[in-house]
Amino acid sequence: MLDVTVKNGAPVAKDFKSDQEVRWCPGCGDYAVLAAVQSFLPSLGLEREKIVFVSGIGCSSRFPYYLNTYGMHSIHGRAPAIATGLAASRTDLSVWVVTGDGDALSIGGNHLIHALRRNVNLKILLFNNRIYGLTKGQYSPTSEPGKVTKSTPYGSLDAPFNPISVALGAEATFVARTIDSDRKHLTAVLTAAAQHKGTALVEIYQNCNIFNDNAFEHLKAPGEREAHLLRLEPGAPLAFGERKVVWDAARGTLAAVDASDERPAVLHDPTLQDPSYAFAVARLQDPASLSPTPVGVFRSVSRPTYDDLMDQQLAASGYGSQAPDLGALLAGADTWTVGAPERAVVE
Amino acid sequence: MAMALQTAETGTDPADAERDSPGGKPVESLHRVVIRIAGDSGDGMQLTGDRFTQETAAYGNDLSTLPDFPAEIRAPAGTLPGVSAFQLHFADHDILTPGDAPDVLVAMNPAALKTNLKAVPRGGTVIVNTDEFTDRALKKVGYAADPLHDGSLDGYRVHRVALTSQTVKALDGHPLSRKEAERAKNMYALGLLSWLYHRPVDQTLRFLEQKFARRPEIIAANRAAFQAGWNFGETTEEFEVSYEVAPAALPPGRYRNISGNPALAYGLVAAAQRSGLELFLGSYPITPASDILHELAKHKAFGVRTFQAEDEIAAVGAALGASYGGALGVTTTSGPGVALKSEAIGLAVSLELPLIICDIQRGGPSTGLPTKTEQADLLQAMFGRNGESPVPIVAPRSPADCFDAALEAARIALTYRTPVFLLSDGYLANGSEPWRIPEVEDLPDLTVRFARAEEYQGSPFLPYQRDPHTLARPWALPGTPGLEHRIGGLEKADVTGEISYDPANHDHMVRTRAAKVAGIAQSIAPIEADDPSGAARLLVLGWGSTYGPAQAACRLVREHGGQVAHAHLRHLNPFPPNLGELLARYDRVLIPEMNLGQLALLIRARYLVDATGYNKVRGLPFTSTELAEEIQRILLEVEGA
Ligand code: SF4
Repeated sequence: MLDVTVKNGAPVAKDFKSDQEVRWCPGCGDYAVLAAVQSFLPSLGLEREKIVFVSGIGCSSRFPYYLNTYGMHSIHGRAPAIATGLAASRTDLSVWVVTGDGDALSIGGNHLIHALRRNVNLKILLFNNRIYGLTKGQYSPTSEPGKVTKSTPYGSLDAPFNPISVALGAEATFVARTIDSDRKHLTAVLTAAAQHKGTALVEIYQNCNIFNDNAFEHLKAPGEREAHLLRLEPGAPLAFGERKVVWDAARGTLAAVDASDERPAVLHDPTLQDPSYAFAVARLQDPASLSPTPVGVFRSVSRPTYDDLMDQQLAASGYGSQAPDLGALLAGADTWTVGAPERAVVE
Repeated sequence: MAMALQTAETGTDPADAERDSPGGKPVESLHRVVIRIAGDSGDGMQLTGDRFTQETAAYGNDLSTLPDFPAEIRAPAGTLPGVSAFQLHFADHDILTPGDAPDVLVAMNPAALKTNLKAVPRGGTVIVNTDEFTDRALKKVGYAADPLHDGSLDGYRVHRVALTSQTVKALDGHPLSRKEAERAKNMYALGLLSWLYHRPVDQTLRFLEQKFARRPEIIAANRAAFQAGWNFGETTEEFEVSYEVAPAALPPGRYRNISGNPALAYGLVAAAQRSGLELFLGSYPITPASDILHELAKHKAFGVRTFQAEDEIAAVGAALGASYGGALGVTTTSGPGVALKSEAIGLAVSLELPLIICDIQRGGPSTGLPTKTEQADLLQAMFGRNGESPVPIVAPRSPADCFDAALEAARIALTYRTPVFLLSDGYLANGSEPWRIPEVEDLPDLTVRFARAEEYQGSPFLPYQRDPHTLARPWALPGTPGLEHRIGGLEKADVTGEISYDPANHDHMVRTRAAKVAGIAQSIAPIEADDPSGAARLLVLGWGSTYGPAQAACRLVREHGGQVAHAHLRHLNPFPPNLGELLARYDRVLIPEMNLGQLALLIRARYLVDATGYNKVRGLPFTSTELAEEIQRILLEVEGA
């Protein structure tokens, strides 16, 4: 966590609302996330000016305009790169990236994976609605196979990404998933992400009611969701509906089985250094049916952050403790003098 | 051309009478020498050239260098594409170019002779390493007969030296394999050249000790080879005279030799120091810009943060992010990288944040000629973005001038809150010259004023409220209480910075951004023409690295009675305020460029001046002779008119 004290009374949710009119479609899942973030930010204990939201392009990327913090609405896919430069040069700030499935995983995929492996102190909120909203409804890299959209009238041909798997493969130190409509869960996951030192990736299932309505309805509807949601709680057994997750020794991986199976349910542990457990949990999800869908923190491990390491290298070079000698740098080792009484050939 | 053009840059006249050296051999004084050392890229030719240059700099000559190496790290040994060359021009007077043609060629193998001999005028000196002229090596490069014996070298002063075998012999008794011993032949050659031109050797010996500090046997071998080469010159009858080129009368001061890339890197560090900002470099490795990243990565003690990004886009993105946070954000690249960065540079135009984009130009299009020079990114820098997206452009004119150009780019970026292009090129990046080291206190003061909450007591912070003189907007850093605001790439309302799709506002903002960049001209010194007679009717107008050849060509023409003016642009966007007026004074304007007429296009469009281009894209700088001939051709037209 950042070491900043709050003066003149702690800010509250309304302090984080900007004066801008919110321009998402009525009913869009982004509203719920915005409200959750606005009410969660005061709990960070940070002064407003220390918080920066950087976004790319897409519906969700309008997010910074609606928060009364510092913010930059940048260009498509590049928010992690821009935020990396900011976070690496300003370790006093709390830097957040808001991005979507197209922004982060398609046009900006390269920046996402490299931010994750570097472990820059960034919190990345990936709004996944499995569709391109702002360009009016083309399939995205997380759309289910065979998705019929304007650009794929015969069905999409691509296999989708599982963003959690991608992040784990990219050496992410913190990976979590939550859902727009579950304010309590969303807030808990954001809090865990904020407390993590390093890059945190939070995938937020977000409903686009215009172009991909109800994509996650079975994960939301009371009575139905229990059968599909696998809630990840540290130390708790992996279970959903009438099923549980066990270690399938024969196949060397996790398997979802009936609750009656005699093997014990695996107890969730996001702190394992080896990412293969978290990866196996992520792969329990069926990409077409999204069942089961694990939600919560998949992985949370500690690794030095890029920005801290950079600061340490500068400090070790004497930056901040010794005044550097620019004159000596410019002169270098081999100089000669013209016009002095005796010409020094080598100094 | 009837007139033979020979002068300070090109002639070979001896300085004065011969005299004897203490060792008994006569010493001939020369005003200037151009040496080209050529060999296989694995032979250490660039290192040899660098060392000879350092010795020459320490001796006090004026000098200019031109390294010329292949893009492949190790092209197959002994082949024509694998030849690496280094040309050095040194003189007892002020010179401007690495020399049109070598007076002396050192050819370490047949491939080096074949690719370089045509550049040496008849009468020139050729030193060949005879050991490498085997049947197999000759066949490899397509020599039907041995050029050492078939008359190909008639008319040249040829020195046949068994460099390889003599090196191996000199290292007899050293604990080295034959191959390792052979590798020291470049030091043998350097020793011989150092004798031939009376170069001081202390620095080279010291350099070897530092470079191979962990391998004393290699230091000993290189020293022995170097010494053997020197002794060979002293004793052999192959070399009857040695040469002396007296120190040049440069302006008083403390000097070092420097090439463009380190000069540019130092300029950036100096700009950060003089502005009180941290320097943040986002960069992705690319030839010929990578050395700037390498150099800056060393200087963390100055608060320099270097970030080797995952790609060109991330490199500029991170630099822009750092600028947003209050650093001096810089990205370094070459033409292909600029193409990738375009969208982010457009964002910087819209955000109105400082950013320096260093483009070390190389031959294009596409991957083009990575190690060769060109000036063909001017229009890319000028127009290579979507929308009306003006970006100031500055260009250095010589290797050492990269330092001042970097400071000027920083001044513009910081004062006007804008991305700025710094257009260097491969020739400036790798070429070198003596540099009078500036005093730190004499460097421009670039102190930056950030927006502060106290200035906005009671009134809201307006991120696009402009300074009435510069039209720059306030730079409010994250972390400043009370100035929280949002910026972005969408069009924004003037003053408030809120998103605006209003047609009139967009028109106003487009014009305002253009006016801001155009207004930089007010802070630029008027351009002056170098026209000693004051009667010239032809103006040679240049930019970037053509300065040396163009100025040398003008001097050459004047020495032969021609009248020609020369002006050189530091600022390509905006142009200096009086450029139109200057152009109007001349009947003809000649613009030499290493492209197909990009500056000429801008000048013609802007000033309706019928400028003539002289254009070559051979990957090499112009020679002063070819430019002088072109100038004379035009002068005849002017007189005939
Ligand atoms: S298009 Fe979809 S994602 Fe975009 S604002 Fe509308 S509902 Fe939300």
